[in-house]
Amino acid sequence: MAVRTQFENSTDIGVFSKLTNSYCLTALASSTNFYSVFESELADVIPIVHTTIGGTRIVGRLTAGNRHGLLVPSTTTDQELQHLRNSLPPSVAIQRIEERLSALGNVIACNDYVALVHPDIDRETEEIIADTLKVEVFRQTVASNVLVGSYCALSNQGGLVHPKTSRSELDELSSLLQVPLVAGTVNRGSEVIGAGLVVNDWCAFTGLDTTATEISVIEATFRLQGQTSAAVINEMRDSLIDHYA
Amino acid sequence: MVAMDYEPDAAGQESYILCADCGTVISSANGAGLCVGCLRNTVDITEGIPKEAVLNFCRGCERFLSPPQTWVTAQPESRELLAICLKKISRPLMKVRLIDASFIWTEPHSRRIKIKVTIQKEVLANTVLQQTFELLLVVHTGQCPQCTRLAAKNTWKASVQVRQKVTHKRTFLWLEQLILKHNAHKDTININEKRDGLDFFYAERNNAIKMVEFLAGVVPVRTKASEQLISSDTHSNTSNYKFTYSVEIVPVCKDDLVCLPKNQAKAWGNISPLTICSRVGNTVHLLDPMTLQQTDVTAPVYWRQPFDSLATVTDLVEFIVLDVEPSGPVRGKYVLADAQVVRSLSSGNNSNMDEDGMGDDGIYHTRTHLGGILQPGDTVLGYHLTNSNFNNDAFESFNQDRIPDVILVKKTYPNRRKKSKPRNWKLRSIAKEAEDVNENSNTIGRGALGRKGGVDQRNVERDYELFLRDLEEDKEMRAAINLYKHDQQSKDENDEDGDVGMGDSNKKSGSGLKGGKKRNGTAAAAAAASGMQMDEDMDTGAGEDTDADDEDEEDFPEIDINELLEHFEEMDMEDGGEEVQ
Repeated sequence: MAVRTQFENSTDIGVFSKLTNSYCLTALASSTNFYSVFESELADVIPIVHTTIGGTRIVGRLTAGNRHGLLVPSTTTDQELQHLRNSLPPSVAIQRIEERLSALGNVIACNDYVALVHPDIDRETEEIIADTLKVEVFRQTVASNVLVGSYCALSNQGGLVHPKTSRSELDELSSLLQVPLVAGTVNRGSEVIGAGLVVNDWCAFTGLDTTATEISVIEATFRLQGQTSAAVINEMRDSLIDHYA
Repeated sequence: MVAMDYEPDAAGQESYILCADCGTVISSANGAGLCVGCLRNTVDITEGIPKEAVLNFCRGCERFLSPPQTWVTAQPESRELLAICLKKISRPLMKVRLIDASFIWTEPHSRRIKIKVTIQKEVLANTVLQQTFELLLVVHTGQCPQCTRLAAKNTWKASVQVRQKVTHKRTFLWLEQLILKHNAHKDTININEKRDGLDFFYAERNNAIKMVEFLAGVVPVRTKASEQLISSDTHSNTSNYKFTYSVEIVPVCKDDLVCLPKNQAKAWGNISPLTICSRVGNTVHLLDPMTLQQTDVTAPVYWRQPFDSLATVTDLVEFIVLDVEPSGPVRGKYVLADAQVVRSLSSGNNSNMDEDGMGDDGIYHTRTHLGGILQPGDTVLGYHLTNSNFNNDAFESFNQDRIPDVILVKKTYPNRRKKSKPRNWKLRSIAKEAEDVNENSNTIGRGALGRKGGVDQRNVERDYELFLRDLEEDKEMRAAINLYKHDQQSKDENDEDGDVGMGDSNKKSGSGLKGGKKRNGTAAAAAAASGMQMDEDMDTGAGEDTDADDEDEEDFPEIDINELLEHFEEMDMEDGGEEVQ
């Protein structure tokens, strides 16, 4: 299920929110409309946390995370870190990273198993990412853009990447991620996928300008059509049974 | 088995996305993420360009207004018209790139002009959109300022009235040639002949001022400017005037005899009061033939105390030189000499040499400035003062003892005139006189003068011939104007007449001056029968036939063929006149 929303007249909702399979972060706004949209979809499944990072509202761009953990930049205050620790489930590891490229959301794109990172990221950071998020880390670019987090959106079901990503690059990325990838746009032709779209395994939020065509591409890519959280859990259970059988 | 070549995956370099609006598969090379159709629906690059405009068209002269002020003749669907139309949207077109423009056919009576315009503009990043639109121009008919003025019979804004209060037209004929030489008539919209002069009309005031300046540069004049209020607008504080410049030319002409008032003559270098006018440039040159003393009279000086000429060219009589003896003083081309002259037989008083009853033999002794060119036997023109009766205060007060019997003025060439030798040159004219002659055989006149039965039409032809002779005999005069080669063919046609353009034998009143042509009684009768009149009032020409010497004057100032100009536009001398006799 893909939902269109906007943050204070901005359609770049990926800047102001972070969505994973086990938690959701939203920025503090003057009204709670933005929060309410997430609440109406996710309230009884995962915690939704109002927060700032380093005093700013661009939480989506400064943080990176998945079901297993959350990475915050060095600008995050102790108070914010404490608030996040209190709000998130105990199974989610939170780690503050001393990294020159402090907009972690822009330089890291990940699902629960694999992370694509900026080619220039520190080796230490790379290790922390692998440990905290429990993922394999690949230094990659998307359509020759180093800001992999900005130009793609990933879930365990699929991924949407920059529209100019060539077919051979799509093949390469999807073999790394082991999920199908599609080149596309959000917000009526915008190529900044990470800014226009947040997605997890059963639900997606996109900017208000996103057209019906783009919604249909998103729903097909992330397999959101007609799926509830229960259906996803069933499917996961099936795959687990397959895996351990 | 066929060997497989490795080919780099060209298709793999391409990427395809769905158009955000319509969902068709498009190449993502276009940065908008939209297909061309959807992009065009979204962005209108013709925004801000007017699709309708007004074209002003003058019904009178069928010209279009090309902003801001000029009116241009343009055929339908012509490049000029397209330029005018595109000018209407030139400002918004600056922001886009004009690719193509063409007319779409419309019914002319619809007063609509349609233009298909193709433009390009960059939208978003690296995306250039091309779009075609129609521009509809509504033709509004009206009047251009010129036609408005024409309709209001208000065609001119400034006029120059040139006047010279003399009996002949030589000055104006001379002026016409000067104007032609200097192209001063370029902006003139009309020339009218008036009594004692010409009116030049101009559409703009500064053109008239230019003409006045030109006149002041070539002849001594007095100018007076006046203006007439046509209309005024109190709201915009503008008013519309007509300007008139009255230009009066000094009435003293070349070769005139002048008697100055005594005090004036004293003031001007104590010159003898009895002088002849040797030249008129933009000053009047006076020459005392007795002493070769000269003085220049500028226009302002002249108009402070105007003087009139005592006798003019028409009063000149012919003398034969019996003896010339240079007496010493030389000044430029003038050589002072003592001369003995006798009245020429052809001058009309051949019956009685001793007509004044003074018992002399008719031989006059005089001093002359023409010592350099006179030879015994030559014919010379001069004023016969003992025979004349002047009514002039200055002349009366002049010491009568000091008045010479004769004042010689210029050498003449009567034998030359008797030859029916055609001129190998001719002059241009401001007006197309030749055409006028063809259209209406009653028309006489020379250029701007004497046309349409002008004021002094009888004299104009005679003055013109005299003017041509003056030119032939005066090298300085010729140098100031343009002479043109006479076309050989028309020369043959005009051979009988022997001068330029005067050869229409059907003219009601032809010239009496047929360059020394023999006219015996029968010829005169024949000429009269064919509608010609004999002007017997010409005493300077050779009216009568004399069987005297046929030989040429060897010192006749021939016009060198190199002086003549080749190009002779504007004039078409194909007047197939019948031959006289």
